Amino acid sequence: MVDDVNPSSVDPEANAADSAGVVTERSAFQRVLTVTVGPIVAAFLLSAIILMLVGVNPLTYYGYILERSLFSGLGLEQTATRMAPLLFLVASLIIAFRAGIWNLGTDGQFLLGAVISAATAPLLVGVLPGWAVLVVGFALAALVGAVWSIIPALLKAYQGVNEIITTLMMSFLGVLLASTLVKLVFRDPTTTVPQTRTLPVADRLPRLFETSISSGLIWGLIAVVLVHLMMTRTSFGLRLRMVGANPAAATHAGLSVPLLTLATFGLSAGFAGLAGASEILGVAGNVRANWNPAYGLMVIPLVFLARFHGIGAIVLVFFYSALMIGSESAARRLGVPQDFTLVLVASLLICLGLGEYIDQHKRKKER
Amino acid sequence: MGGLLTEAFLSSLFTGAIVAAVPMLLAGLGEQMSEKAGVLNIGIEGMMLMGAYMGFLVAFKTDSLWLGFLGGILGGVLVAIVMAVLCVRLGLNQIVIGIGLTLGVEGLTALLHHFQFSRTYPRLPAPERLNIPGLTDLPVVGPSLFGRHPIVYLALMAVVVLALLYRRTNLGMTLRAAGERPAALDVAGGNVLGVRIFAVLFTGAMAGLGGAYLANIGAGLFIPFMTGGAGFIGIVLAMLARGRPLWVLIGSLIFGAALSMTTALQVAGSNIPTDVIQMLPFAAVMLVLVLFGRRAKLPSALGASYERGAR
Amino acid sequence: MALATENPTNLSPETGTGVIGVHGVTKRFPGVIAVNNVSLAFHPGEVHVLLGENGAGKSTLVGILSGLQEPDEGYLTLNGEKTRLASPSASLDAGISTVFQHSMLVPTLTVLENLTLGAPWYERPPRARIAARMEELKREFALSLPLDAITGELSLGQQQQIEIARALLRDSKVLILDEATSMLTPQGAQELGQRMQQLVKSGLAVIFITHKLAEAYRYGNRISVLKQGALAGELGPEELKSMNEEQAVEEIVRLMFGREAGATSTEHRASSAREETVLKVENLSTQGDADVIGLQDISLSLRAGEILGVAGIDGNGQKQLAEALAGQRPLASGRVELDAEDITRASVAQRRLKGLRYLTDDRLEEGSVAAFPISENTVLKDIGQPPFWINGIERPSLIARHARDLITKFSVRTPGETTPIGRLSGGNIQKVLLGRELSGEARVVVFNKPTYGLDLQNIDTSRQRIADIAGRGMGVVLISTDLDELMALSDRIAVMEGGRIRGVVENDGTGEALRLRIGRMMAGEEENRQATE
Repeated sequence: MVDDVNPSSVDPEANAADSAGVVTERSAFQRVLTVTVGPIVAAFLLSAIILMLVGVNPLTYYGYILERSLFSGLGLEQTATRMAPLLFLVASLIIAFRAGIWNLGTDGQFLLGAVISAATAPLLVGVLPGWAVLVVGFALAALVGAVWSIIPALLKAYQGVNEIITTLMMSFLGVLLASTLVKLVFRDPTTTVPQTRTLPVADRLPRLFETSISSGLIWGLIAVVLVHLMMTRTSFGLRLRMVGANPAAATHAGLSVPLLTLATFGLSAGFAGLAGASEILGVAGNVRANWNPAYGLMVIPLVFLARFHGIGAIVLVFFYSALMIGSESAARRLGVPQDFTLVLVASLLICLGLGEYIDQHKRKKER
Repeated sequence: MGGLLTEAFLSSLFTGAIVAAVPMLLAGLGEQMSEKAGVLNIGIEGMMLMGAYMGFLVAFKTDSLWLGFLGGILGGVLVAIVMAVLCVRLGLNQIVIGIGLTLGVEGLTALLHHFQFSRTYPRLPAPERLNIPGLTDLPVVGPSLFGRHPIVYLALMAVVVLALLYRRTNLGMTLRAAGERPAALDVAGGNVLGVRIFAVLFTGAMAGLGGAYLANIGAGLFIPFMTGGAGFIGIVLAMLARGRPLWVLIGSLIFGAALSMTTALQVAGSNIPTDVIQMLPFAAVMLVLVLFGRRAKLPSALGASYERGAR
Repeated sequence: MALATENPTNLSPETGTGVIGVHGVTKRFPGVIAVNNVSLAFHPGEVHVLLGENGAGKSTLVGILSGLQEPDEGYLTLNGEKTRLASPSASLDAGISTVFQHSMLVPTLTVLENLTLGAPWYERPPRARIAARMEELKREFALSLPLDAITGELSLGQQQQIEIARALLRDSKVLILDEATSMLTPQGAQELGQRMQQLVKSGLAVIFITHKLAEAYRYGNRISVLKQGALAGELGPEELKSMNEEQAVEEIVRLMFGREAGATSTEHRASSAREETVLKVENLSTQGDADVIGLQDISLSLRAGEILGVAGIDGNGQKQLAEALAGQRPLASGRVELDAEDITRASVAQRRLKGLRYLTDDRLEEGSVAAFPISENTVLKDIGQPPFWINGIERPSLIARHARDLITKFSVRTPGETTPIGRLSGGNIQKVLLGRELSGEARVVVFNKPTYGLDLQNIDTSRQRIADIAGRGMGVVLISTDLDELMALSDRIAVMEGGRIRGVVENDGTGEALRLRIGRMMAGEEENRQATE
């Protein structure tokens, strides 16, 4: 099948530079700067042109977003809170992409994780101690997310069926199933709008210090850092990376490619489930029918822009959250739909791809 | 459930099946050509959406559905050009760029639509129909089979034309060579990048037309994000059809039927949530993949960019 | 043989340009000069042999002539006129057809489709015309092909015939054959030699690329020797005619290696075999499918210190045998014993721990992970094992030290252990992999084409290492398509064909006679039938 297109083969040079260690780190860092900063500037310019075309002053717009999301206390807190689910998704995708698996189904895994935690946590309040309610909610979400990836995982591991298609299909299914569950099974009988029971604010993830920032942020950061260390510093991570980089070599070295593939799916989808739980148990408290923030597909470009590097992805998630918070506010105040962020991310992705292409050509000439 | 099998129910089911099948058919036929040539065109969803937007816009401004369809084709091709340049010419990753283009078009069309129409969603007048006296009046199947806009018949003809082209000319083998072993086509004097670019642009045109159909015939209006995965289903259809246009048609009709169950059941007054019925086509795909996934053989160079003399 | 003089109508060789001329061509790749200021002229009516070791620049020259690469310096001429071959189609238009070392056919297309590949898309395949032309070719050159067969289902020999037929259908003036005999039996190679002579008689220029000395003399009218990218010398038709094979080979060896004949390590190694059996294989079979040949009823035994050669044309089950031994390929039936212990059900990792090592022929796609640094590649088969991992946590400094030791011990040429292994040359990757397989307690080492694609110096050291390994008492299974290598190193030679072992011969050093016997078995004749004759 499409073994040629596996995410970890996208940029072997970047991977290599990443694992090559100290000697090349400096030059790699400079390179990343030149292939990152330029494209980012270009992407913002391109998006600015589009804004001008629809009659919005890009300076006003960008300025408003900055001011709203980063230079106001409340905005910054909202930005930090928004990061939590995105960080769990980053962890999910770093595992998958480094292991050569295109998990494009995180949206379904996310929503089902969210629904199960919203369905169970409010019922457990009072039955279990507060921390246990949260632990159970997170654990169930991870489990449900992982279960939702079983069919693509088995098909990929034992039949070689392209996971791009299967995870996408399961994602569509998962989104609809989540909505159905909210309407038919987990519906809160006391409300007229179909939604799950609500977890009282007091029982949600504690807030950080005196702010409104959810502590999901901390857990998300821990998840990304742990996943990054697991993938780069442990034998398990190396096994996964080897399967991703060269399955034939992995078989040759005695690794069980199917089992490691299953593990990748399970872990990746599990983290996607955690992302859903972090949004519910930390911020929203319940799931409304047809709610689908579609964070999953959005995070994919970020993980690519960070070249599967955990720390880089955290930085990008921060800026992206700021962009989201800012543009949501701008939608109300300046009348620019927040879908504009999609345009910005797409131009980033394209400009970055171009930057990489130019960089590769330059280096080819140098040699 | 016995009351379901009324004429109204069946009629709306048939009608809906075809209305719903055509965009997926067009997208599937387009994607099929890209996949044959070795390009996994994930951007097809974006091409379709751009086709829907431009198709609607042109039809709305000119009051001509036909010009609208042309606009849709143009919209799809515009996105396809970006894809062709980045992925075929420059060899960037097809999946990343595909996702990027889809997201970008989603944002762009929503943005443009917002600034043109604000929150209003103007409708197009009901499309003209090709009425064939006698046939169109047949009960149940009559209106669905014979009372459709001519574009439906063009889509069906495309199946036959493509099947003939693939079988009777060098087109099929040239595409397959570009997808299976591009180097072999290159040294035989073929133009690998040319073939692939052509295939991607064709996909864009077909997807754009499908999108325009979705907006102008299917809905009669444009709504942001309205394609809702139809392009992705096109990818699945192309994968499962193993290179044969006829199988794309069969697949799209099955999907169309599943989708139209939603409206048909609503007509029949059923209280099953639409979500459940909307799951049917995706569940059907998964079932097919579980049963036949192994047989969905894809070209060996699918997704890999080609660079001459790369060592 | 002197065909040039039999074709007086051709451009005279003395004009110095021929049908194609190569003038001072230089081509550089990162870190190497692949072709260095080479000038050549190819004449109609001649089989012009380009001879050289791997890495001598032959393939790059082929690439330049076939339009895949353009020279950095120098130029080409076509019938004396300066020309530029910027693409494969430009080369084809110039009348140059190439049969590449690796098949350039689309396996899923039919023979007819492969023959017409490259034609405009809107045309219909001219089936009748091609069928008629194929009839002519059948009469003239004994090329016979089933037009509607799926190409991938044909033998490699037949596939090569498709490519030759394609060249003839295009009315080419020049036919390039790149290492065309590597996939053929000795008998098949001889047929190709005869066919080349028929082709040049019809007025073609044939460029025949090989690294085998004997072939060069037998099939060539003119021999140009390439060495490290440069032209080391040329033997013209007159010169060649005046020599016998021995003299010619001696002269070529002098040109190629700059030393006297006989110095190529073809002398037979003294056996170091001991009594005890280390590896025993009984009635081993594996499942085959459309792409992969199945093994049938393989039985072998290997003593300590013994080298068991496995001969055969590429793709007759040698790789599957190696994989089955290493535990990578599931068995349908049979039994494998290592040191009298049943390891039939042991996994790859267990077999490795017990001392069974496998050095794959596919260094880049299977043996190593190109993007990973050398250091990680040296421990890829020990992931999670102490001392490099403690409780699953990697110890990078230990791995780095281990890699540096290996680099020194096996004299790997690299900037450092952090360099991605994919950036090394084939020979250096081979050294890393060899070092990886020999670390720890090895009992049996399976080598699959260990010297393929290496330069002469590395071939020599690799062979020496293999002999040393056997000398230290390990059992060696040496799979190779190079008969000279097998005859130089092996105690016994098993010959594989069609997934079976056709016979096992003692390597008694009987030279030509043994070579012929092996050749017959490679073509599928059973050894016992041979014996009854």
